[in-house]
Amino acid sequence: MRIINRKPSRLTALALGLLPFAATVIAYSVASHYRRLDNPADKLLPSLDSMAAAFWRMATVPDRRSGDLLLWLDTFDSLWRLGTGMAVSTVLALSLGIAIGFIPHVRSALAPYLATFSLIPPITILPILFITFGLGELAKIALIVIGTAPVMIRSMAQAVLDIPREMIIKAETLGASVWQMVTRLVLPQLLPRLITALRLGLVPAWIFLISAEAIASTSGLGYRIFLVRRYLAMDVILPYVVWITLLGFLLDLLLLQASRRLFRWAHQGVDAL
Amino acid sequence: MSDTPKLSVQGLTKSYDGLPVLERVDLDVAAGSFCTIVGASGCGKSTFLRMLLSQELPSRGRILLDGRPLPDEPTPDRGIVFQKYSVFSHLTVAENLILASEFEAAPWTGRLFASARKSAFADIDGLLERIGLKAAANKYPVQLSGGMQQRLAIAQALIKKPGILLLDEPFGALDPGIRVDMHDLLLGLWQDLGMTIFMVTHDIHEAFKLGTRLLVFDKVRHDPQAPQAYGATITYDLPLDSPGAARSPEDIAGVIGAPAIDPQNQFSNSNAS
Repeated sequence: MRIINRKPSRLTALALGLLPFAATVIAYSVASHYRRLDNPADKLLPSLDSMAAAFWRMATVPDRRSGDLLLWLDTFDSLWRLGTGMAVSTVLALSLGIAIGFIPHVRSALAPYLATFSLIPPITILPILFITFGLGELAKIALIVIGTAPVMIRSMAQAVLDIPREMIIKAETLGASVWQMVTRLVLPQLLPRLITALRLGLVPAWIFLISAEAIASTSGLGYRIFLVRRYLAMDVILPYVVWITLLGFLLDLLLLQASRRLFRWAHQGVDAL
Repeated sequence: MSDTPKLSVQGLTKSYDGLPVLERVDLDVAAGSFCTIVGASGCGKSTFLRMLLSQELPSRGRILLDGRPLPDEPTPDRGIVFQKYSVFSHLTVAENLILASEFEAAPWTGRLFASARKSAFADIDGLLERIGLKAAANKYPVQLSGGMQQRLAIAQALIKKPGILLLDEPFGALDPGIRVDMHDLLLGLWQDLGMTIFMVTHDIHEAFKLGTRLLVFDKVRHDPQAPQAYGATITYDLPLDSPGAARSPEDIAGVIGAPAIDPQNQFSNSNAS
């Protein structure tokens, strides 16, 4: 049988999926082992044990100076910034996206401006934000919004344009006002696409969050890894990277499951990664 | 008042970028007529239908409905069924059918709640029965077959009791056997509700079977050096309801250069008058 027609069983699929993860862990352990044979005090590739111990310490032992559990403090602060930023972006994406996609006059007025604005590399605005809003939370959240909103607005506007014209005309013949079409036709048709835009937007959002925290902050996952970098504390940095990845993965999974549950009509027949 | 035709088309011309698609179309249609519209591909018959719907506006000439000019945009006095995307994919069958009454009852939310919603569902019970979708009332359109979707689309288009029903190749994507069922449903609804129907079709036998009046769109003038120089108009206007007056489908097929027996639809041959 040709290889394109051979499908793995569920168990094989699971095993195949785990294989690259296991290979990475094994390769790391081997490399770490031989490095520490040469130099037991090596800090570059700490053992899995010492990383687990460091992670445990961050999660359960209160910080000597502040008395905080640093991992949870960092996680909470980072997720709060990320969540607030993405919430603002979502509101902007829905309101402006629908206005641009649905109303030709608004489209003519805003689409070229938005296309230009979204080409500004958001990181270059960070100094301006720090100068304008100070070093507090506002500047970091603003960076996430500026970094994610323009692309999300454009993708929502495109999603409105992708709604078959037939449906909009049908709604008109059923006596719908513009507002009723927005609330009963455009918005529901858009929500599954919004989830996709959110999932894609979270990737740059994390980058901007970590960048902003690395430059000016007193807490947060990005702040912590850039802080302990000074002590070459790879035993903290590596678990933090894994932790951030895990958080990102769980957020993505959550959004996908929510979409499958809430928008059953949009997930029939088609399956995406 | 009885002398006023239901719909009157006067000197209608439609051009795109200066090239006429339709020119000098004149037509008076009495209330309760079932006009079937045939013609070669690209002869402007769908454009004509879109102008009856006000989805597009005439370049010259005018269309009068009950003696008054048509509104400039689609309104509930004209229902429409497209070949595809006629129903709302994010609503179940029953929700699709109560949407029009929700629009009417709730200008701001566009939504009925609790007992009002329940009574709206009760109101469409008979309709669901009639179109054979009672068992599928809580399914989404993607879960329905093509024929079921079009039955839903027709029912939805008739909810507002439009005086005119426009059908743009509504059965073009259906299997021949299903089409015969759809013909029966459509003819039954037409006899009960007495609306005026305009139906564009590719299938000449369908046009003969269903219509009381057959309109053939074709170009009368042809410039071999500039094939696009002239638009199409109504070349044959045949009453089909008086016996003996009708020419055979094969004659008309010859006129518009279409095969007399549609290879995709040999079933309907036996149904032709």
